[in-house]
Amino acid sequence: MEPTQASTYRLGVDAGGTFTDLIIIDNNTGEIQRAKVPSTPEDPSSAVLDGIELICRKYNVNPGTITQILHGTTVATNSLVMRNGARVGLVTTQGYRQILHVARSQVPGGIGGWVIWDRLEPLASLEMTVEARERIGTEGQVLVPLDEAGIRRKLEHLADAGIEALTISLINAYTNPTHERQIRDIAHALMPGIPVSISSEVLPEMQEYERTVTTVVNSYVHPVISRYLRNLKDRLTEQTSSASLHILRSDGGLMSGDLAAQSPVNLLLSGPAGGVTGSLWVARQIGLENILTFDMGGTSTDVSMIKDGVPQTRRETSVGEVSVRAPSIDVRSVGAGGGSIAYVPELTKALRVGPRSAGAVPGPAAYGRGGKEPTVTDACVVLGYLPDTLKLGETLEIDRPAAEKAVGQIATALDISLKEAAEGIISIVTENMLGALRLASVVQGVDPRDFALMAFGGAGPMFANQLARLLSCWPAIVPPGPGVLCAYGAATTRMRSEASQTFVRRIDHTCDEEVAGLLKKLAQAASADLANAGSEPSELETIYQTDVRYVGQGNHITLEFDSETFHRGGLQNVVQGFDDRHDQLFTFVLDEPHELVNLRAIVQGPAPKVSLPEAARSNGDPVRACIQESTIHIRGEDLTTPIYDRALLHAEDRVPGPAIIHEMDATTLILPEHVGEVDRFGNIIINPLI
Amino acid sequence: MPARIIESNEKRAEHVVVDPITIDIIENAIANTRHEMDAVLQRTAMSPGIREQKDTFPLITDPDGKMIVGQFGSFVQGFLENYKGVIEEGTIFLLNDPYSCEGAISHLNDWLTLMPIYHGGMLVGWSAMFGHMTDTGGREPSSLPYGAREIFEEGIQIPPVKIIEKGKLDEEMLKLILRNCRMPHWNRSDLMGLIASVKTSGRRICEIIDRFGVDTYLSVLRELLGRNRRAMSRIIASAVPEEKSCFEDYVDDDGQGTGPFKIACSMWREGDRVIFDFDGTDCQSNGSINFFLNEAIFKMFFGALMIKLFDPDIVYNDGFYDLVEVRIPKNSILSPRRPAAVSCRGHVAGRIFDVLHGLLGQSAPDALCAAGFSDSPHFIYYGRHADGRWFQLYQIGFGGIPARPRGDGFDGHALWPDFTSVPNEFLETYFPLRIERYESIPDSGGAGKHRGGNGLSVAYRILQPGEISIHDDRWLTYPWGVKGGAPGARGSKLLVRADGSREWLPAKCERVAVEPDDVLYFNTWGGGGWGNPLERSPDRVALEVRQGLITTEGAHRYGVVLQENLTVDKEATAALRAEMTARRPASDELFNRGGTLDEILARCKSETSLEPPRRPGI
Repeated sequence: MEPTQASTYRLGVDAGGTFTDLIIIDNNTGEIQRAKVPSTPEDPSSAVLDGIELICRKYNVNPGTITQILHGTTVATNSLVMRNGARVGLVTTQGYRQILHVARSQVPGGIGGWVIWDRLEPLASLEMTVEARERIGTEGQVLVPLDEAGIRRKLEHLADAGIEALTISLINAYTNPTHERQIRDIAHALMPGIPVSISSEVLPEMQEYERTVTTVVNSYVHPVISRYLRNLKDRLTEQTSSASLHILRSDGGLMSGDLAAQSPVNLLLSGPAGGVTGSLWVARQIGLENILTFDMGGTSTDVSMIKDGVPQTRRETSVGEVSVRAPSIDVRSVGAGGGSIAYVPELTKALRVGPRSAGAVPGPAAYGRGGKEPTVTDACVVLGYLPDTLKLGETLEIDRPAAEKAVGQIATALDISLKEAAEGIISIVTENMLGALRLASVVQGVDPRDFALMAFGGAGPMFANQLARLLSCWPAIVPPGPGVLCAYGAATTRMRSEASQTFVRRIDHTCDEEVAGLLKKLAQAASADLANAGSEPSELETIYQTDVRYVGQGNHITLEFDSETFHRGGLQNVVQGFDDRHDQLFTFVLDEPHELVNLRAIVQGPAPKVSLPEAARSNGDPVRACIQESTIHIRGEDLTTPIYDRALLHAEDRVPGPAIIHEMDATTLILPEHVGEVDRFGNIIINPLI
Repeated sequence: MPARIIESNEKRAEHVVVDPITIDIIENAIANTRHEMDAVLQRTAMSPGIREQKDTFPLITDPDGKMIVGQFGSFVQGFLENYKGVIEEGTIFLLNDPYSCEGAISHLNDWLTLMPIYHGGMLVGWSAMFGHMTDTGGREPSSLPYGAREIFEEGIQIPPVKIIEKGKLDEEMLKLILRNCRMPHWNRSDLMGLIASVKTSGRRICEIIDRFGVDTYLSVLRELLGRNRRAMSRIIASAVPEEKSCFEDYVDDDGQGTGPFKIACSMWREGDRVIFDFDGTDCQSNGSINFFLNEAIFKMFFGALMIKLFDPDIVYNDGFYDLVEVRIPKNSILSPRRPAAVSCRGHVAGRIFDVLHGLLGQSAPDALCAAGFSDSPHFIYYGRHADGRWFQLYQIGFGGIPARPRGDGFDGHALWPDFTSVPNEFLETYFPLRIERYESIPDSGGAGKHRGGNGLSVAYRILQPGEISIHDDRWLTYPWGVKGGAPGARGSKLLVRADGSREWLPAKCERVAVEPDDVLYFNTWGGGGWGNPLERSPDRVALEVRQGLITTEGAHRYGVVLQENLTVDKEATAALRAEMTARRPASDELFNRGGTLDEILARCKSETSLEPPRRPGI
């Protein structure tokens, strides 16, 4: 990169499990450079800082000229998964102390499910939950005034018990936040430094359990996130002086580091959101609007849908068994990954794969770290898709005999050949992932044949061709470098802020002016957040959302309008849009009145200027990149197959299947009767040969 | 089969050998389809019962009506045996009459839609879905009258009719049906959701067949049924002894002053078949608690439970049905004669699970759970809003899950699979009531090494004049404990009037007039305990006292004495435990019912403030 005097830079960072990927973008030219360093899971900020140092040195960039650092992080997710978040105290309305303990009373698992269910303890424990004497009504009226002296005594008790964060969530507080604020004031005075989250701010929506659990999760990850962001920011300031830090939210928007620290519940899917926004950006470069993203890692696969250039979002975020009401990109996960373990239950003799995973330790048998059970990766080794003649990453040797021994257990149990067993494992795991892709597409009322498939993650490129074939979604796209994709995601997305409120009202009992007025107010609130983070008001774009249902329904459908369309079409547009969508999703409409549930304004900053680096061009013959030949087993046949080094492939190369394309952290399999073409950005575009 | 099935394609599917992997793929694809059926209905339904509480049951069968995926067994065979008309492509049946389908659905509130699935003109299976309607007419709002003596009083009876024929909805018939319901717009919307749901699964099954071919698909269904049969046959051989075991349990009363009704069952194995004989079960009630027990559904209860206890990886389907024989005496409470009333059959249906646990646990004590699962308590409240609009709430209650070999029971959780509560803020917004307390009742779970779950106490403050009905049980007999565990506490219903006067309401009552500022305490029962309570960790007991799940006095039942700061007083605990151990019998009875039935009846009035019921047939 030739830095000019005036050059300033933005930097995208994705801290993954194995590698931390960075890209640096010249704000003036849009030119991009990449770097990769090993991750430091015990303190992910170390790798981020190492990476920044490396990339600046490598490309001769003065760290002082970095204006923005854009970051997707899994710190909040991991804290929730590992259950090592804060000790949270909870204040509820009198009579509701057990709100998290009783929850929604559901026992999963069908008939007899209760016999074997293991319930996780709530994230705010019952002994750290206290009740306030107070009551707000459904219209916001104060029915019982707050007993301040009583709650003060109870908060003193919580402070003595050593809570590290406090949640206040009162019944009907979404209609009137007064009591929650009063208690927060008392808590601030009693226990300065302890972060307090109140439900009327975190999620001012109806449904006491969901509002409480969401606010508690906010408290639970609050200390660990603010510590992480503070560390990062302090050290970034030393390194780069003037750069502002922005964090990718679960819904794919960016927020300032300071706001992120206040509402970390919005960061639970920050990591996967990077992959989706990165896919979106790559798709735009190559002119595609409809994409199914397919991110297959070691233990799970995340899929999502981008339709008409917009990632689908939803109002919930789920991490393991914890589900909260925070907007996120609609990522569906299945417990199917490279490390998923295959087994044959004694009684049914059926072949099952996952959701149990060998994880990073001991890992697949083929990794030689002590794993003995057969995994999907081992099946790939047995079939030759992961050649034992090449290393994975920089150093990892493939132990083929160990993989054969592991998969052999399945062959013995089913009394079939080793390769049949391995192909069986691949078919089952493929079917599980297909189920997730269907949930993200067909179940949402769209036809996967109108979509292309974008595959990333360590194992995604291996399965891209196969899944695209089953779903008939072409082409299958393998972008360069799975981790880089997430870093692109962070660096190329827009600032985003939103404000919402519950407004349960029959549409024929309100009017365009009233709703427009409320939406405008929400838009102003959301814009203020972005303006504080340095965006120019003139660059902001506002989108309105209305959650609508038929009076009496419990679930709503979210409809989205740009502000101009809303002001022009008004509520009549909303009604029509709802009926159309209901018909599309559920095949019928009702002659019932419509009801608004929530109103929301989403404000976005301008799209950054970034252009993808173009790969060198070729004559279309990839022979220069062929590094060896190998035998692979597909659909019962042994086939001689060339192995290519992705780094040596050029734009316009056509790679006919069967073929294996190897790169440092992923392997792409191209099936017979298919061809992979390298486009000018280095993506592999797989299509069937007619 | 008297029904005539029309297929435009005369070709018969051929059996082909399918590799095991394809079988697993198709199995997964069908299971995904079932989940999609649930999702479609819950997103479109209007009544809180279907929408929030998930009182719905999907089903996909093979062409003969054998369940491939589902939950409550097949409704299709009962229908096919009784339906006398023509079945052809483009038809969706609607029915709610238990007597027209051998009890495959068990009361009129459950509206069942059934659709034959055709592929290329050939019948390839059935899709079915039912949901509980908040109201289906009859003498009481919510259509669950305890006072009914005949099904004619319980609502509109819909024998199998073609609500959709040749793809067209019969609006005239629907108009007639809805005119008979108090909440017609809910019924309409919920019915549309049911129809959308079965249509969806029909489409998905056809897509699977497009992918794999009809011969492969149908051969796979046979193989899935066969797999299940082989697995269940092994479980039965290992878990059910040839020697006969017997068990009996009770439903306390029928809401008409008669009870307790005995459900008696014996179980034994002959070769690889298990036999259940309900001989000794009390005769049918004059009221509406009769449960027309469909054999297929009982088999599914049994199979599902065995699978959960012994090998949760097995997918359950109808494959094992010929391994189970069920003998039900005619005109008993499990096989009432038409037109006996059946609307409030939930208590007997639930008690079947306790009976099954009692039977299975005798031969496999390590798999023995305590009692308390299951029933489905209801709260019904109706009247007019201040502006004159009619309101009608039907809400399912929750209680204490029994202690299990695996651990404690859950406090205030669902006694039926997958049900969830309706958010209280939602109820307060749409109904004139306020919920002032919603928490489990300390000490109501039976003491044990594993504690029974606590019952739930919900305090409803009434805000508009109206009437309430209550549907509950286990107010008299106890949810029994096992292996030294104590029984759970019984349920109670207390109405505190605005003037402060208190009335203990029966567990089953209807049309109780209520006025603003009356408060109803709806207290459900706790689950029974498992194992010797003196073996429970004292620190765990102390923690639960601090959590408010056990009281300080309640801790004494575990031989645990606490200090003032609510931590364990080690010395006093050791002394109390030694003393209690000395008093305990040398070996525990397998079941602790809290006394004999005669003893319980004798104490009834003094303990519950309610008159004891008259014994049936006496």
